[in-house]
Amino acid sequence: MKREPPQSIADYGPLFFPAGMLLIFFVVPFGTMIAVSFFQRQEGGFYTPAFVFTNYERFLSAFFGGVLGFSLILAVTVAICCVVLALPFTYLLSTLSRRLQVIWLVGLLSVLSLSEVIIGFAWSTLLSRTAGLSNLLVKVGLLDQPVALFPSFGAVLTGMVYQALPYTVLVLYPAIVRLDPTLMEAARTLGSSPIRAFFNVLVPALRNTIMATLIMVFIFALGSYLLPQILGRPQHWTLSVLITDQAIYQSNMPFAAAMAVFLVLVTLGLVALTLLIGRKGEKA
Amino acid sequence: MSGLVLNNVTKQFGAFTAVDKVQLAVPHGTFVCLLGPSGCGKTTLLRMIAGLEDPTAGAILLDGTDITGVPTHKRNLGMVFQSLALFPHLSVGENIAYPLRIRGAPREEQKKRVDELLALIHLPGYGDRPVSKLSGGQRQRVAIARALALSPKIFLLDEPLSALDAKLREAMQVELRQLQQKLGITTIVVTHDQREAMTMADTVVVMNGGHIRQAASPIEIYRKPADTFVADFIGSTNLIETEADNTGAATIFGHRVTGLSLPAGARTATISVRPEDVHLTAPGNGAIDGTVTFVRDLGGTIETFVEAGGQQIIAVSTPRERPDVVAGQAVGIALSPEVCVVLKQ
Repeated sequence: MKREPPQSIADYGPLFFPAGMLLIFFVVPFGTMIAVSFFQRQEGGFYTPAFVFTNYERFLSAFFGGVLGFSLILAVTVAICCVVLALPFTYLLSTLSRRLQVIWLVGLLSVLSLSEVIIGFAWSTLLSRTAGLSNLLVKVGLLDQPVALFPSFGAVLTGMVYQALPYTVLVLYPAIVRLDPTLMEAARTLGSSPIRAFFNVLVPALRNTIMATLIMVFIFALGSYLLPQILGRPQHWTLSVLITDQAIYQSNMPFAAAMAVFLVLVTLGLVALTLLIGRKGEKA
Repeated sequence: MSGLVLNNVTKQFGAFTAVDKVQLAVPHGTFVCLLGPSGCGKTTLLRMIAGLEDPTAGAILLDGTDITGVPTHKRNLGMVFQSLALFPHLSVGENIAYPLRIRGAPREEQKKRVDELLALIHLPGYGDRPVSKLSGGQRQRVAIARALALSPKIFLLDEPLSALDAKLREAMQVELRQLQQKLGITTIVVTHDQREAMTMADTVVVMNGGHIRQAASPIEIYRKPADTFVADFIGSTNLIETEADNTGAATIFGHRVTGLSLPAGARTATISVRPEDVHLTAPGNGAIDGTVTFVRDLGGTIETFVEAGGQQIIAVSTPRERPDVVAGQAVGIALSPEVCVVLKQ
């Protein structure tokens, strides 16, 4: 089928509705947020329209810089963990029979129906000293006495990977299923063991998909603010936690807005950088 | 013995038997075509030789060694897939060098071998091109070169030319056969195209329903088909029922055919007569009586449809020996006993 470019304004008709929705529910609120980030805060929770940089200046401190750095590192770690776990899993899933694939996918989708709060408290129980997994290790004889595995960085990471993994699988799944299965067979006939073929045929052939998935999980993880609070110590709190804190508990809307804008800009910058590196790698 | 031997190889998928007790010996240096309609088990058989499927029963031997349980990547074979399965993220040269890279061959050696192979497939200087920029025929050659990179003992091809257009396919058939003869490599090709099999093979293995129906040279398959399936599948033929009369001589539509004998003890048999072996004469004189129903003049050949004994018989002739007949005319059909092949029931 040949697609013709739109000729008249009427041809763009189908775009009007989504464009309007995007404008009203995304562009306008985001614009408001940018505006608020330049407003002057009043003591007692109010703010007045102004054009000051104090909110941004306050952000440029070692403390907030550190939190931003931690948030980015956490999100990157979650993204890498998710892809590393999900890629072999999804590949093996694609080699199963249709029926088993459907059962697994339905199971994964049911994880998505859990709220972040439930995931957080479930993991806090599982990692606790009194009722957690360490009790099993004691039973098996690997540990002398049960230990509390949370709050810790590992606990935050585990919870967030658990939450993001189904998304990762669901994004990778279509690309892996569409990949020609004879590619792996060809690699085997050419002397590559199945594991080597996975790394030097499947992974490179899915390079763009993997890149896109990493970026998606990264952005997804950046917005997480409940799990770090439930499973982590204050030093494991992300920028999203601080934004919530400023906006709701400190009633400092302008500062919260400034942090949010900054987070968006840094994220966009990183995504652009990743894509740029990806494109360079492709040319080489 | 030296070469590839399939010993009672069987493959079942659940209750379905795809390949049933196949016996086949492929001496080194021969070109074998597995030919049959879709679903006859030919691709499954090839995949078992490659180690991509495990036989349910039976053994596969290479030079006397049982390789049935050897994983694919240790079998030292080259395979060309129907989809070609070229790696999209690698260039032409990198694709061909892939098996060498896996073996850890030094870079200079890889480059030397790639250049050699590119020359062999008549694509010198194409090493740096991306695979996506090649035409169908060029991709085909690259897939062949990649499969041959390690000079494998066995070269397997699964419907390798099916994605090409008719003209290119014919040219590639000749090229593939010449390449095989030049390298002297044991080659097994799966195809459903009998022209392809006739063009390339030393031995054509005709399969149906998971069984080998006949394995012989192309000309023998054509001249001496073993059974009705082979006779009908290879080329076009006239299948005619014969009956023994009280004296034991074979008759066709009540006419005695002197010199033709049925298998001992058989009262009836089916014979195959190729259309070019059917000669039309004047009626009478001991010939089988028939009526011309249609004449299809294709220029190069002329097909005459004759109704005889309630059956349609086709005679093919060249313009030089053009039978001077028109539809509705009564003719005689002369069959010499040597062109009648008695088929197994």
